[in-house]
Amino acid sequence: MTEPAITDELIAAHGFTPDEYAEVNSILGRAPNYTEMGIFSAMWNEHCSYKSSKKWLRTLPTEGPQVICGPGENAGVVDIGDGQALVFKMESHNHPSYIEPYQGAATGVGGILRDVFTMGARPIASMNALSFGRPEHPKTRQLVHGVVAGVGGYGNCFGVPCAGGEVRFDAAYDGNCLVNAFAAGLADADKIFYSAASGVGMPVVYLGAKTGRDGVGGATMASAEFDDTIEEKRPTVQVGDPFTEKRLMEATLELMGTGAVISIQDMGAAGLTCSAVEMGDKGGLGVKLTLEDVPQREENMTAYEMMLSESQERMLMVLKPELEAEARAVFEKWDLDFAIVGETIAEDRFLILHHGEVKADLPLSKLASTAPEYDRPWEETPPAAPLDLSFQIDPIEGLKGLIGDPNYAHKGWVFEQYDTMVMGDTNRTPGLGAGIMRVHGTDKAIAFTSDVTPRYVKANPFEGGKQAVAEAYRNLTAVGAKPLATTDNMNFGNPEKPAIMGQFVGAIKGIGAAVSALNMPIVSGNVSLYNETDGTAILPTPTIGAVGLIDHPAHIIGDAVREGHVALVVGHTTGHLGQSALLAQVRPDDAQGDAPHVDLEAEKAHGDFIRANRSSIAACTDLSDGGLALAAFELAEKSGLGVTLDTEDTARLFGEDQARYLIGCSAEQAEELRAAARVADVHVEIAGSFGGDTVTFGSASAPLADLSAIYRSTFADTFA
Amino acid sequence: MKAAVVVFPGSNCDRDLAVAFKAAGADVEMVWHKDSTLPQGIDIVGIPGGFSYGDYLRCGAIAAHSPICKSVAAHADRGGYVLGICNGFQVLTETGLLPGALLRNAGLKYICKTVGLKVETSQSDYTNGYNAGDVIDIPIAHHDGNYFADQTTIQQLHDDDRIAFTYTDNPNGAQDDIAGILSENRRVLGMMPHPERAADAGHGGTDGQALFRALAGALTTA
Repeated sequence: MTEPAITDELIAAHGFTPDEYAEVNSILGRAPNYTEMGIFSAMWNEHCSYKSSKKWLRTLPTEGPQVICGPGENAGVVDIGDGQALVFKMESHNHPSYIEPYQGAATGVGGILRDVFTMGARPIASMNALSFGRPEHPKTRQLVHGVVAGVGGYGNCFGVPCAGGEVRFDAAYDGNCLVNAFAAGLADADKIFYSAASGVGMPVVYLGAKTGRDGVGGATMASAEFDDTIEEKRPTVQVGDPFTEKRLMEATLELMGTGAVISIQDMGAAGLTCSAVEMGDKGGLGVKLTLEDVPQREENMTAYEMMLSESQERMLMVLKPELEAEARAVFEKWDLDFAIVGETIAEDRFLILHHGEVKADLPLSKLASTAPEYDRPWEETPPAAPLDLSFQIDPIEGLKGLIGDPNYAHKGWVFEQYDTMVMGDTNRTPGLGAGIMRVHGTDKAIAFTSDVTPRYVKANPFEGGKQAVAEAYRNLTAVGAKPLATTDNMNFGNPEKPAIMGQFVGAIKGIGAAVSALNMPIVSGNVSLYNETDGTAILPTPTIGAVGLIDHPAHIIGDAVREGHVALVVGHTTGHLGQSALLAQVRPDDAQGDAPHVDLEAEKAHGDFIRANRSSIAACTDLSDGGLALAAFELAEKSGLGVTLDTEDTARLFGEDQARYLIGCSAEQAEELRAAARVADVHVEIAGSFGGDTVTFGSASAPLADLSAIYRSTFADTFA
Repeated sequence: MKAAVVVFPGSNCDRDLAVAFKAAGADVEMVWHKDSTLPQGIDIVGIPGGFSYGDYLRCGAIAAHSPICKSVAAHADRGGYVLGICNGFQVLTETGLLPGALLRNAGLKYICKTVGLKVETSQSDYTNGYNAGDVIDIPIAHHDGNYFADQTTIQQLHDDDRIAFTYTDNPNGAQDDIAGILSENRRVLGMMPHPERAADAGHGGTDGQALFRALAGALTTA
């Protein structure tokens, strides 16, 4: 088969700048052929190479005594004691989900699950952070239905419980939704599998589903802005098969138990190319592949197509040759393909043969390591002008506005489409704050949360970056967990624009400061840039996925309040309304001011206070969007009770000052907490009480049943 | 009580069911779908939830033709006990061990939540730990749980007191709110809700424990 001639259009279509293409020629000392150009494009696109972000990602704190493996492998690994480890990561599948919502979201879940079990961990929890356009935008409804069904369709069949997530709506996502999928798995700390190959002449084995033409060029597509040709990109979206993924997971974990695996890598973005290059490069070896041996489900596939296919549910492994029979038997048991498709070689070459013909012959280490790295120009986001926000509203109307907005309404419509209880260890299902999964067969449990407030990040990237981490820290703390570590999923617009790059840099600095102060290092992550449509960027959305450890069931802090419980607020309330959920509701057309400042010392002190006094706390939630008013309503409503707060002041009720928690406890416990707070020098104040069947803020009041009906029906009414 | 839990390649509640059986005192063996015989001395076979063979065709349709299902049918014919939960219930209707079929949920969406179940009969070795009329909280998690059968069959189920559980607030459109049914000899139970997800105070509550305890009581013989 003749290959297309390399033209300027073809070079541009592969995402190369003229300088980058010249660099490819210089590395090779010749022009690449078509297949080679495809391989370089796969390795050098933004999605795989992190060329715009690497410089800044390096500044993030990634180490700590709890870290077994930081960024660079398929997922991060943290120590959870007793010789056990938690393996986790979050990754975006934004562009595919906008083009084909069901399959885009489904394969996003599939990809992140594979990242986790490739390292030898059985997935025990998933989360999904979803950002959509305005509910009334004509595309939003279809995206919400498709993405939620896709996330559920894949995860439910695979059999991993959903532990939490986020769903938000903003006009900035009208043309570019975000689908960020998180997965975490459990492994023995001394049985983690890595990607570095070792040994010359070792067989390279292809595992899992067959290769088709789906997703060819997907990673390059995901590294470009959208325009009105988007429908033409539908064929670059892959199709997922969760049943095959489930078998692949079982077979892979069983295979690892046989001792046959030297190294293993899942085939994600740019499938065969990225996985083979990564294993060779990390092991200081070359790789030779014979493509006619690759299991194929379509006829007459070319070398180019096979090297760039993003068919799902596939893995590449370097095998101990003496254990081939045992390894093959495992895959036959699960009815999956097992094919030797090449070998490791001593020379630094990535040699691709197809029916005896050399289709690519590239210096492997250079292919892996010479991807361009840019120090993109960036502009600091200008500070917001100070606002005079001394207005007062009817607080019940303010609350109704929030709970009648799909952003803050009950998300049962979403979470009930996900299996939250499979595997039999769900201690707390999603809904309010962090989810909790027990570590099977032990007294331990892990808390999971996913957080970011994009409007804060846009107004003030540094404080917004800090706030995303701080809110995650608080959500973990509020259920009694000790925050352990973090994964970051950085969703931004076009990094070639200095203002966008400035958002990225500011957010990274904020995240770095917060994970350092709160001792929750970044152990894995993902960057998604070019989230723009026709030149309009999304809100900067650095999603923070975080995990915390609970060492005994008795240390879990509950979420049920009882009649007569005191409502006690930990932390100072100054009434910061800038960038608040309420302000956006009641004055959408005005300047929204600055994001709240995050005092990291206060965050740490208040988190430690909560954990140290958990026995005096019946229920706890952090204060975030919607401030005290929304938190008090949510906590009370979950227990079917009313709540009375002593104030009707708009700023005190709806201000979004950070480092605060709302506690429900008995009068005796409240006294214990006040005494402990004096000793710890932490500010606590009694804000009211739980009970009755009304929600009362000062002199304003409404029946709980009416508010509950709004809260629980808004989401379904908007999208059903 | 000796229990076998069938493992299809897409089963994902197999461990959960084994844990619930063991908590009730059972010895549990996992049985692979390609096996054609059950282990010796099995009192009860559990067919767990999940997606047996992917369920891309009708749920449970391919599983019904698996080697292990032939021995499960033979076990039932001999008067053995079979408990099918969720996908397991779908498999039991596909094999013909129970009548009717499970259609797509009326709302066309997958639903995972805890629902109220009314115990319709205490006259079985599964339900005699409850009183008829009790309402218990048990999680559901399915896309195809809408029980359907022809009117004659439904009438027969009523007449024979073979409806084990009904929903108090029908989540999926099931006929007559049916959530679980018994075979004629009352030894095969199929139900969409997951009692194994409500057999532990730290996970989903304890309202399902009585089912496993009742079984253990009936099947623990000297």
